[in-house]
Amino acid sequence: MLGDVFNAQFIASSIRVAIPLALAGLGGVFTEKSGVVNIGLEGMILTGAFTAVAVTNFAKNPWVGVLAAILVGIFLGLIHAITCITFKANQIVSGVAINLFASGITIFFCWLLFGETQIMVKNNLPIWGLSLPNIGEASTLVRNLIVIFAHHSPLVYLTIIIFLLSHIVIYKTPFGLRLRSVGEYPQAADTMGVNIVKMRYIAVLTSGALAGLSGSFLSLEQAHFFVKEMSGGRGFIALAAMIFGKWTPFGTAGAALLFGFGEALSIRLQGVSAVPVQFINMIPYLLAIFVLISAVGRAIPPAASGVPYEKEIV
Amino acid sequence: MPEIALEMKNITKRFPLVVANDKVNFSVYKGEIHALVGENGAGKSTLMSILYGLYQADSGEIFINGKKANISNPNIAIHLKIGMVHQHFMLVPPLTVAENIILGMEPRKNHFFIDMEKAIKKVEELSESMGFKIDPEAKIENVSVGIQQRVEIIKVLFRGAEILIMDEPTAVLTPQEVEELFEILRSLKKQGKTIIFITHKLNEVKDLSDRVTVMRRGQVVGVKNIKDTNQEEIASMMVGRKVIFKVEKKPLNLGKVTLKVEKLEALNNKGLPAVKDISFEIKEGEILGFAGVEGNGQTELVEVITGLRPASSGKIFLNNRDITNDSPRSIREDKIAHIPEDRRRRGIISDYTVAENLILGSHYLSPFNKGLSLNFAVINNHANHLIKIFDIRPSDKDNLLKSLSGGNQQKVIVARELYGEPKLLVAAQPTRGLDVGSIEFVYQQILNERDKGKAILLISADLEEILSLADRIAVIYEGKIVNILDPKKTNEKEIGLLMTGSTKNKELLKVK
Amino acid sequence: MKSIKKFDYTILLEKMTPLIAVILALLVGSVVIRLTGEDPIFVYKTLFSNAIGNRDGWGNVLFRATPLIFTGLTVAFAFRCGLFNIGGEGQMYIGTFLAAWVGFTFIHLPALILIPLCVLAAAAGGALWATVPGILKAKTGVHEVIVTIMMNWIAASLTFYLVLLYKASATEAMKAAGVQQMIPHTDEIAEAARLPRLYNIFKFLNIDFPAHNQVNVSFFIAIGVAILAYYILWKTKLGYEIRAVGYNAIAAEYGGISVARNIILAMMISGAFAGLVGTNEVMGFKYRWRQELFTNLGFNGIAVALLGKNHPLGVVLAAILFGILNYGGALVNIYTEGRVPRELIMVLQAIIVIFVIISDELFKRLIRQRRKIA
Repeated sequence: MLGDVFNAQFIASSIRVAIPLALAGLGGVFTEKSGVVNIGLEGMILTGAFTAVAVTNFAKNPWVGVLAAILVGIFLGLIHAITCITFKANQIVSGVAINLFASGITIFFCWLLFGETQIMVKNNLPIWGLSLPNIGEASTLVRNLIVIFAHHSPLVYLTIIIFLLSHIVIYKTPFGLRLRSVGEYPQAADTMGVNIVKMRYIAVLTSGALAGLSGSFLSLEQAHFFVKEMSGGRGFIALAAMIFGKWTPFGTAGAALLFGFGEALSIRLQGVSAVPVQFINMIPYLLAIFVLISAVGRAIPPAASGVPYEKEIV
Repeated sequence: MPEIALEMKNITKRFPLVVANDKVNFSVYKGEIHALVGENGAGKSTLMSILYGLYQADSGEIFINGKKANISNPNIAIHLKIGMVHQHFMLVPPLTVAENIILGMEPRKNHFFIDMEKAIKKVEELSESMGFKIDPEAKIENVSVGIQQRVEIIKVLFRGAEILIMDEPTAVLTPQEVEELFEILRSLKKQGKTIIFITHKLNEVKDLSDRVTVMRRGQVVGVKNIKDTNQEEIASMMVGRKVIFKVEKKPLNLGKVTLKVEKLEALNNKGLPAVKDISFEIKEGEILGFAGVEGNGQTELVEVITGLRPASSGKIFLNNRDITNDSPRSIREDKIAHIPEDRRRRGIISDYTVAENLILGSHYLSPFNKGLSLNFAVINNHANHLIKIFDIRPSDKDNLLKSLSGGNQQKVIVARELYGEPKLLVAAQPTRGLDVGSIEFVYQQILNERDKGKAILLISADLEEILSLADRIAVIYEGKIVNILDPKKTNEKEIGLLMTGSTKNKELLKVK
Repeated sequence: MKSIKKFDYTILLEKMTPLIAVILALLVGSVVIRLTGEDPIFVYKTLFSNAIGNRDGWGNVLFRATPLIFTGLTVAFAFRCGLFNIGGEGQMYIGTFLAAWVGFTFIHLPALILIPLCVLAAAAGGALWATVPGILKAKTGVHEVIVTIMMNWIAASLTFYLVLLYKASATEAMKAAGVQQMIPHTDEIAEAARLPRLYNIFKFLNIDFPAHNQVNVSFFIAIGVAILAYYILWKTKLGYEIRAVGYNAIAAEYGGISVARNIILAMMISGAFAGLVGTNEVMGFKYRWRQELFTNLGFNGIAVALLGKNHPLGVVLAAILFGILNYGGALVNIYTEGRVPRELIMVLQAIIVIFVIISDELFKRLIRQRRKIA
C-alpha cells in the first residue's frame, strides 16, 4: 500500500501543492524582512485565485489571467501598504480587513459576472518540459525523473527562478542589504539615508504580487476552478512555513515542500486509509501548529517586524 | 578669526509636551573639538538631530561653510559631509561590521551586486588610519560596545564626513575605553575634522575640547573658550544655580543581616552565564552599591533577586529564609521593593492612570481588592494621599502615566515601592534620565530608607552616584564580584580599573 | 493667570471616528453598487428603511446582531489582554455543536436544568477551543493569530466528523424520495432546551409583534454577557491584571502578575463568549446543528470589535449596526432580484474596518498636533 502512495507521481504532486504556499511564504519573507507583518496574504491568494480564473475565461488566455492575478495582488498590497506604512495603523487588523474584503469581493463579483459561486477554468496553461514517455519506452527511473523534474506547468519553473532571484536580491544586492536593515533596525537605516517608506512599500507590493501569483497557481493549475474560500488558510500556513524557514527564501521553500508533502499525503490517503476523511483533512493545519511549536526559540523574527516606523519621539 | 564650519541660527523645535529648542544659536569653527553640554532634556540631542536632518526645526536657519542648507533628511546631511555617532548605536545587530558601514552607500560591481571585497578593504584602511584594527566580517551582535562605537566612527568617515557629531559617546564606555576614544578623536582633529562632542560630564569637556556651548531648558546659556573657564562655572551655567549636590549622610547604624546571597548563578536571555558565583550580604541600615559597566550581569542579578529570572544555582536568603526562585508575587509579599532600571518598560503601565499604577503589585490585596471587585474609593484615596506626600505633578490621580514627565513617573514608582515599608529596597539606575530636582528627591528617599534601618541594594552606572550614596561598593565585572570596597578608601580611578577587569593584583581579587 | 477651558472638538471627533468611518465606507460602497448597475441611493434607502422602519425589521436586526455581540466581545476581550483571537469562528463551531449535543442528548431533563446546561456547554466548548492557542501562546510564545486560524479549520473538520456521527435519521419524505440530507445536520434539540422567541414575551405583554420573527431570548443573554465583560475588565482584579498584561506584559510580570495565567484565562473567557453564539443559532433558531462552511460570524466579530473600539458598549452598538447592514443587505438582494449580491455587506464591513483604523491614527495625530500648538 505504501508503494501506491509514495511514488514519483506523489512527489510531483507534493511539489505542485507546495507552490502556492512557497510563493505566498516568499511574499511573507519580503514584507517581514522589511518590518511589515502581512496576514492579508490569505485574502490576496483568494482574490488572485478568483481573478486568474475570471480573466482567463474572458480573455481566453491563461497567461493574461496570471498577469491579472499578480496585478490584483499588488493592488491589495497597496491597500495594506497605505494603511500600515503611510497611516501606521495596526498591521494585523489591516491584514484581517483585507481577508474580509477578499472573502466578500470574490463572491460578489463571482455572482455579478457568472451568476454562481463556482467557476471552471476554460483555458488551461500548457505543460512545459519533456513529454512523458510511455511505459516500456524508457526505464522507470527516467520516467520518474521526468515526472518529478521536467513535466510541469510553466509556473513551477517560474517559481524556482523567482526563488533563486529572491535569494540573490536579498543577500547579494544593495537593495537586499537595505531591506534587511529596515526590518531589523529602521532607525539605523534611516540615519544612513535609506528611505524606509519606499523600502517597505516595495516589499509589501512584492508580497502582494507573489500572493496573487500563488492564487493563480491554486485555481488555474491545482484546482482548475474557483470556489468560495478556496484559499483554505494557505496564507496562514505560508506564514508558518516562513517562520519555520527562518525568514529565508530557501528555508521557506523547504518548509513549503514539507507542507506540500503533508497536504499531498492527506489527498492521497483519502479513501485509502481507515481514518475518517475529516481527520485527514486536519493534517495540514495540525502540521502548521506543530511546525510553529518546533520553531520556537530557533527562529528569530526580524526585530522590527510588525512595528510601524516612528521618526519623531512623542 | 577662525573659519566657521557650521552655524545654526534661531532654531526652534516644539514637541507635544515641551519646547525642546527655543531660538537656539550655535556655531562651530573648522577643525575644533566643540563640546555641547547640558543636563538631560536640555535640548542638545534635539539640536543635533535637526542638524543631521532627523527632525525638522519649526523655525530657524542652518549654514554649512557659509552656505544656507535645508537639511530635510539625513541624506542631505551626509551629502554636506556631516556625520553623526548616536548615543544609542545605529547599528543593525545581525549584520556584519562591513555591511553596517556600507549600508546606504554600497560599493557595487556589475551594477547590481554589492562589492564586498572593496567594502572590506576600505574598512580596513579607515581603521588603520586611526590606529586600530577591526574584523570587517564579525557580526555586530558579537562585538563589544567599544568596538561598536569604532564601527560607528568608521561608518561616518566612510561617508566622507568632515563634521562629526558625537552624541554622549562616553556614556557606555569604561574609563580606559574613554581614553582610547579621546585618542581617536584627537587623531581625527589632526586630520582636520571638526568634532561636536555632546556630554554632561564636565571633566571630559576640560580634557578634550577647545570650546564649549552650554544649554539649559532648550536655550543656549553661554559659549566659552575652555582656556577661559572652569568646571564650576560651566556647572552653574548648566543647572542655573551654584551647587550641584552634596549628599549629607548620617553615620552608619548597622543591624541584622537582611539579604544574604550565596554562590548565585544565572543565565542571560541568550542562555549564556551572566551571574557567576556571586555572594554578598546586606545588613539593615546599609546601602550596598554595585559599580560596573552596564551589561556585566547587574540586570540579571537584580532580576534573580526579585524573582523575575530563575537562578540556575545558588541561594538567596531574606532574614535567613530561603526565597530562591520564588515567584515575583511571593517576593513582593516578603517585602522586597524594586525600582527597576528600565522605568518605561518595566516600572509603569503607561496607559494606566496614576491611581492604577500606584496599586500595581498590591492590587489583589485588601483593602484595594474586596470580595469580587476592586474598591475604587480606597484606591482613589490611596492615590491622593501618595500624590500629596511625594509631590507627584500634575496632581490628578486620573492622569495616564504616559502624560507625566520622566521625573514624575519615577516618583510614582518610588511612592508605590516605598509605601509597603519594604525590608529590602532594590534600586537599579534610580536616577537615570532624571532632572536635577528629581535626582535630589530620589537620593533623599533612598537615604531616608537607609536611616530607617532598611537594607538597600543600589545598582548604578554612575560612579559618582555610587560613591556618594553607598556604604560599601561591590565592583562587578563579567558577572563576578571583583572586589568589595569601602568608598572612603577608594576613588574613581581604582574602581574604573576593577570595572574593566584590568587589575592584576591577586590581593584585590579576593572577595571580602 | 486665568485659563478658560475651551471645549476641545478634536476629542469629540475622536470619539466619532467610527461613525465617520461608516459614512466613508458607505460612500465607497456606493461606487461598488454602481458597478452592479443599481442606484446607490435606492439601495441604501431600501436597506435602511426596511431594516429599521418597523418592528419586524428591528426584530430581524437584533436577531442578526445577537451572534455578532458574542463574537465582537470575543475579539474585544482578548484584545484587552493584547491578544488577537481571530479564531472566534472555530470556537463558535465547537460551542454551538456542544450545545446542540447536550440539547438532543439529555432530552428528558426539564427546561430549568437543560437550558442552563446547554448554555454552559456552549460556553465550555468555545472556552476549550480557545484555551489551546492560549496555552501555546503562554507556554511557548507561538503567535495566537496563526494558531487560532488553524484551529478554525480543524474545528470545521471536527464538527463535520461529529455531525456525520450524530446525523439525523432521514425523514419519511426523504426516504420515499430516496434523497440524502443536502446539508448534514443533527436531530433537533429537545423542546425543553429551546429559548423562547421574543414574540412569546411580546404576546404576553399584549404588544403586537410578528410571530415569524426569529429574535429570541439569546439577545438578552448577549446583553448580559456584554455587561459581564465590562464588569470583569474594569471592576475586578482579574480585569486589572488582564488589561495590565495587555498594555505592558513586562511591567505586569514585575507587579507580580502571572502573564501566562492571564493569557490563558483571557483566551478562555474570550472563547466562551464565542461559544455562546450557540444560544442564538441552536437554542433560539435552528434547534439543531447544521454543518456549513464558515458563517463568517467569527470574522465579522473582528470588525464589530474594532468599530466598537474594543469596549462592550461599543461592541453592542457596532453589532446592531452590522445587524442592520446584514438584514438590509439581504432585503436589497431580494428586492433587486439578486442583482446586488449580499456579499456587498461583507465588502462594506471590510472597508469600514480599514477606515476605522486609518481614521483612528489620523485623529491621534491631529490631537498630538493640537497639543503641540497649545
